[in-house]
Amino acid sequence: MKLRILALLAALLMGAAAPAIAQTAPRAPSVAEEMEVQALLRGGSIQGRITIPDEKAATLIQPEGREWREFHNITLAWVGGIAVLGMLAILLVFRMTKGRIPIEGGPSGRTIQRFNTLERANHWMVASCFIILALSGLNLTFGRHILLPIVGPEAFTAISQWGKYAHNFLAFPFTLGLVVMLLIWLKDNIPNGRDIAWFKAGGGLIGNEHLEAGRFNGGQKMVFWITVLGGAVVAVSGYLLVFPFFFTGMEGMQLSHIIHSLLSVLMIAAMLAHIYIGSVGMDGAFDAMGTGQVDLNWAKQHHGLWVQEELAKGRAAAPPPGAKASGAD
Amino acid sequence: MARMKFLLDAERCIECNACVTACKNEHEVPWGINRRRVVTINDGKPGERSISMACMHCTDAPCAAVCPVSCFYTTADAVVLHDKDLCIGCGYCFYACPFGAPQYPRLGNFGSRGKMDKCTFCAGGPQADNTQAEYIQYGSNRLAEGKLPLCAEMCSTKALLAGDGQIIASIYRERVQRRGYGTGAWGWRTAYRETVAI
Ligand code: HEM
Ligand code: SF4
Ligand code: SF4
Repeated sequence: MKLRILALLAALLMGAAAPAIAQTAPRAPSVAEEMEVQALLRGGSIQGRITIPDEKAATLIQPEGREWREFHNITLAWVGGIAVLGMLAILLVFRMTKGRIPIEGGPSGRTIQRFNTLERANHWMVASCFIILALSGLNLTFGRHILLPIVGPEAFTAISQWGKYAHNFLAFPFTLGLVVMLLIWLKDNIPNGRDIAWFKAGGGLIGNEHLEAGRFNGGQKMVFWITVLGGAVVAVSGYLLVFPFFFTGMEGMQLSHIIHSLLSVLMIAAMLAHIYIGSVGMDGAFDAMGTGQVDLNWAKQHHGLWVQEELAKGRAAAPPPGAKASGAD
Repeated sequence: MARMKFLLDAERCIECNACVTACKNEHEVPWGINRRRVVTINDGKPGERSISMACMHCTDAPCAAVCPVSCFYTTADAVVLHDKDLCIGCGYCFYACPFGAPQYPRLGNFGSRGKMDKCTFCAGGPQADNTQAEYIQYGSNRLAEGKLPLCAEMCSTKALLAGDGQIIASIYRERVQRRGYGTGAWGWRTAYRETVAI
């Protein structure tokens, strides 16, 4: 490899030193070869003039495609595979060693409203779009190695074509949901000193101490910012891909794809952890986004400060159904 | 079996675009799609050269490597073809192709692309040779008739050569030796990882 680069460099230097001779001497490096060698060394493209109304066609050779191929076939596959499978493995180990995190002192039977209808509807819109975007995206990266051999080429094309339509259209509700999420949850997600203490103590997941947290704890704030900021970059790079060559040229398209797909697989890994802790990983957590009502003991355990605020406001802590007001007997 | 290649001798190309027109007409390529094009480099400056470029039918083709539905195949003549019934129009082959060969009709939502179209080396597609179905999707299949690509056949200066790589390389080598200079085989290093040894 080294030798080849040296040979290329030598050819380049000879060409640069004697451009006039190169035209006539039979053994001197030729114009075409020289330009191609230069383009390969610099990684830049060879541009010309074209008489058809397609600017892209004026690029004669673009060696950048080689790096993009390398990225798509090797880097992305490895990063994506490790991120997704690695996270699943971590969660499995976690589940087996730590088990399901229980509600301290058991459920109280009294509930408190945690998320209203708008908050829950928006969360599920973003979540369902995300899952379909993630599956249709991962299908483009891994489908031909995993799904194609199982279902065969025709069925796989049908799946991928529908996946592409879904990916393109669901991008819009997904982005809208992110904006709404930012508007309704921003005020509760400003990082503060308590979050640092929360992380230092290992969070609610690893640590066992009782940690004080407001409406959202450090970990949840992190999920919020990964979703909003990561989602914004994924959305912008995604729209550049949906409208090919409208806003940018070849290099811009390749770069958009690299940013989009890398960030996407990392977000998928982060969201797997989020889904785990919100469902099978912790007693009482799912209700927050399910019915919107959480058990008071769960709320006190994980969001003590928030419960105090809510109680101070006089809302919340609905008695269990069938409970009688004191003195009613 | 032959290893089919294109070779453009830029000392001879006069940018007449006959190859472009021949290709369009032979395969009834739709408006807006160019399987072949002529690019002029150093336009109006010393060292100006015109190069007719289409799919080079690469060795270890980048387009085939990145296609998420794996719809490419290489024929016994080393011609790189694809199955339009399987293509989803994702555009990845265009990002990977060094020569900008893949083309897309724009149809459907947003800027989304239709099924990819590119030079077939006049070898049609996966359908049965020289059927109506093959013609509509891929154009004519001259190779199956024992003919070579029409662009090269039509080239008035024989700047564009198409055929068995060894034969066209020897034709080109002979030319360079006779006239004493050459501009090299355009794109060969990139497409075939070799050049014509003079
Ligand atoms: C929010 C707006 C989004 C837009 C506009 C968008 C658009 C796109 C487009 C146009 C492509 C190129 C492939 C194709 O044309 O089908 C793509 C690829 C991809 N998208 Fe998205 N996307 C969005 C969100 C997401 C999200 C949220 C995820 C993951 C959770 C995701 C994961 C992926 C992946 C992994 C790929 C690349 C797969 C590969 O190249 O191997 N996308 N996206
Ligand atoms: S020139 Fe482009 S389309 Fe043709 S085989 Fe090479 S990479 Fe594929
Ligand atoms: S546009 Fe078609 S041929 Fe090209 S990579 Fe995508 S699916 Fe494959």
